[in-house]
Amino acid sequence: MSNTDNENHKSLPIGIKSLSKSYGDVYALENVSLDIKAGEFITLLGPSGSGKTTLLMTIAGFCSPDQGSIYFGQQEMTMTPPHMRGLGMVFQNYALFPFMSVAENVGYPLRVRGMTDSDQKTKIEAALEMVQLGGYGERRIHQLSGGQKQRVALARAMVFEPKIILMDEPLSALDKKLREHMQIELKALHQKLEATIVYVTHDQREALTMSDRIAVINNGRLVQVDAPKALYDNPNDLFVADFIGESVLLQLENSIKGLTLRGKPLKMTNPQPKGGEPHCLVIRPELLVMSNSKDDSLNDLSGIVNASVYQGESVLVMVDLGENTMISVRLPANKSQSSNIIPDVGKPIYLGLHAEDVITVKGRVE
Amino acid sequence: MNIASNNQLEGLNSKELAKARRKEGRLFFNLSLPSLITILIVVFIPVFWLSSLSFFDRAGDFSWENYDRIFQSQLYIKTFIVTLKISFITLFFCILLGYPLCYWLSQLPNRLASILMIFVLLPFWTSILVRTYAWLVILQRNGIINDTLISIGWIDEPLQLAHNLTGSIIGMVHILLPFFILPLFASMRSIDNNFIRAAISLGSTPRGAFWQVFFKMSLPGFFAGTVLVFVLALGTYVTPALLGGGKIQMLAQRIDSTIMLYSNWGAASALGVVLLILAFAVIWIFNRAFGIDKLFMR
Amino acid sequence: MAAVEMVGKRKYNNLWLDFAGVCILFFLALPTFIVIPMSFSGASYLEFPPESWSFRWYESYFGSSEWMRSTRTSLLVAFLTTIIATPLGSLAAYGLTFTSARVRNVSQLIVVVPILVPVILIAIGVFHLYAKLGLNYTITGIVIAHTSLAVPFVIITVLAGLKNYDFNQELAARSLGASRPRALLTITLPQVKFSIQTGALLAFITSLDEVVVSMFVSGGENATITRRMFNSLRDQVDPTIAAISSCLIIISVSALVTVLIFNRNQSKDQI
Repeated sequence: MSNTDNENHKSLPIGIKSLSKSYGDVYALENVSLDIKAGEFITLLGPSGSGKTTLLMTIAGFCSPDQGSIYFGQQEMTMTPPHMRGLGMVFQNYALFPFMSVAENVGYPLRVRGMTDSDQKTKIEAALEMVQLGGYGERRIHQLSGGQKQRVALARAMVFEPKIILMDEPLSALDKKLREHMQIELKALHQKLEATIVYVTHDQREALTMSDRIAVINNGRLVQVDAPKALYDNPNDLFVADFIGESVLLQLENSIKGLTLRGKPLKMTNPQPKGGEPHCLVIRPELLVMSNSKDDSLNDLSGIVNASVYQGESVLVMVDLGENTMISVRLPANKSQSSNIIPDVGKPIYLGLHAEDVITVKGRVE
Repeated sequence: MNIASNNQLEGLNSKELAKARRKEGRLFFNLSLPSLITILIVVFIPVFWLSSLSFFDRAGDFSWENYDRIFQSQLYIKTFIVTLKISFITLFFCILLGYPLCYWLSQLPNRLASILMIFVLLPFWTSILVRTYAWLVILQRNGIINDTLISIGWIDEPLQLAHNLTGSIIGMVHILLPFFILPLFASMRSIDNNFIRAAISLGSTPRGAFWQVFFKMSLPGFFAGTVLVFVLALGTYVTPALLGGGKIQMLAQRIDSTIMLYSNWGAASALGVVLLILAFAVIWIFNRAFGIDKLFMR
Repeated sequence: MAAVEMVGKRKYNNLWLDFAGVCILFFLALPTFIVIPMSFSGASYLEFPPESWSFRWYESYFGSSEWMRSTRTSLLVAFLTTIIATPLGSLAAYGLTFTSARVRNVSQLIVVVPILVPVILIAIGVFHLYAKLGLNYTITGIVIAHTSLAVPFVIITVLAGLKNYDFNQELAARSLGASRPRALLTITLPQVKFSIQTGALLAFITSLDEVVVSMFVSGGENATITRRMFNSLRDQVDPTIAAISSCLIIISVSALVTVLIFNRNQSKDQI
């Protein structure tokens, strides 16, 4: 598979080939191979300690792998020192230089490249404009708010027009509202820059919002690489199904006739998986529908209301299916529809799952 | 993507990568090498060489006679006793003065405490010789203390304050007290007062909260200060030599005179080995309990 | 804050603790300064307060070619020690922050040994090593010995400074195109320069005030001022020493004040 056709003057593809890195007996990365397309916004998503930051640091050249190689375009970079890789990088805590002004910070990569002062000045001003900080050049770093610091870090990482930009949880220090705003801004910036962006986060929502593709990492292994919707709708692994969305996994029985749910054949539009392996049903709270009586056209997931939690825009209802199984359903909080008919705690609730919303994953719930 | 071809590729580069990593690790260790080598040459080698002399008799054969001698001679045993006595008394007064002072400073507003810490740092930065000299001047027969006490009529005859044990201990406490205060104050300052508030809210009395929470959390600094004062006291040379008036002979001076006056290298070396063992036993215990880097945390 | 007041209320009622605290601070800081007024005494013995004032002890200090020679020796040695120990110790501290935990622990143990080993053992040992190398009574010899005593202080000070430094900044600089040495010089160094300067001043003072090793390895033409002072103090209490001590106090106080100013500037920079 080659990405040379995608290569252009603004971005480069990244080839990661069977990369491994261990600390003692623990694999931080285990035989990771990944092809990142030129101009793509790819997110490395995983829980803390999964190896996603190690992978990013290896691409940046700060972490030396035990084996494997890294290519930027056609060029092997495995042994290249970080400063020769031509990357832009944004760090978790911004890592701005506190003794320099905003302009000096943004100009640093230009200075080390020996650019003339007048060229620097235009570039710095353009980069600050790009992140909506025009005219902030003379400010000191400690005079800036968290969001502004974030923008300076972005400007500094892109001012020299790198073809690849790496970001290590850049929004984690911001509050929720600003974070959501910056997600949209970053996405827009990516479209303007057209550079390849590798983004690390443990926040699945952030990953789903921003990415062209998401690479889910767990225990140093690449579990699934897919577009956000594909990942959400078709997880190919128990870990992914569990990690993405507020899922509950329900063990399915696998008989000769096919998969069965609570004794009845599972209705699904996708073809039933072949072979007798165990499968799980992925139940997402927003996919369940409530009705006043049992609806036989749907997969039946009715049970007893255990608790309901008011969450502002919606109500989350915990439903006891019996046999120690608990699922949850999210119902809109608008008065006209469901909230006034949510049964009380202890009363039965009729829930169904449409055949087209059925998601199954190979594996057994422990 | 072809996994087989990649496996061939990785087999080749893992050695190369490991080599590069080792090279980088060595580079950083090499940066500290000049310092470490200087210390090894100027401190470790001479001290080891000196210590090794204790295991040979005058004919140059291996023997324990130097140790037999120092543990049988009244003179050397007395030196050990005096050294330990002075070190413990010094430590006692450093704790007695240092702990309340640190507690007091830690409860003051940060700015005021930082300003008052200058009073602690000042002696730390001043020459031991100058400070010992100042005490000699203050404590002598016609020094300020005796003059003042006589003029207000408390005493008729000047007190013997310098040139004896009292003078040596006053001088040593003054010199070693900052070594106790600095680590203790650092660890007290890092104690969050919320812990004490929590203890009191859970029904502890303020006095109980102090002992169960504050005192316990100040222990790393307390022991760091204790180890520093005790170890430095064991090896003190200058202060008792000047303020002891020739009557106080601690181990360091005894080692010096055993060589310089009596040329008895074996016995001096054996004394030195005992001194080293005492000092490093204390440090070893501390290193086990808290880690050596806590000794000099600021 | 409430807890401070709660705990603090007991304290502020406790005037005894305030009184004791102030007394202990006086005990620490004041005695040294008694030397200064006495150095201006007109009498030929030490008295306090002096009944007459004069500069005779300063004249006797600055007029003595022997005292002046040893002063020059001490200042030269302290200067050379600082010049050598500061870069050595700073590089070591930087290197140690990147080595593995095991190497770092062993190295730190080696580094604190010169501070903790009874200095008389170092002095006698070095004296004999130097006797074989012909380094006794030479400036080179004293400087090497003092360097090994001063380097630990530089390392400890710079390590403490690096602990407060966010190394991601150096990574950021390198990712932005600066080579490792360049990132070190342009980003890390400016931010730990206060620690390095503090370490340098400590090294200077350590060397200038060092007594025991100097008594053994310095002498003759190259006797340090502390060696001469110690010998003179053992014999009799010469008021000239008061004048010399006052000068040493001034140097120490200046060094400390400089360090405090560094610290203030540094914390201002980080706000």
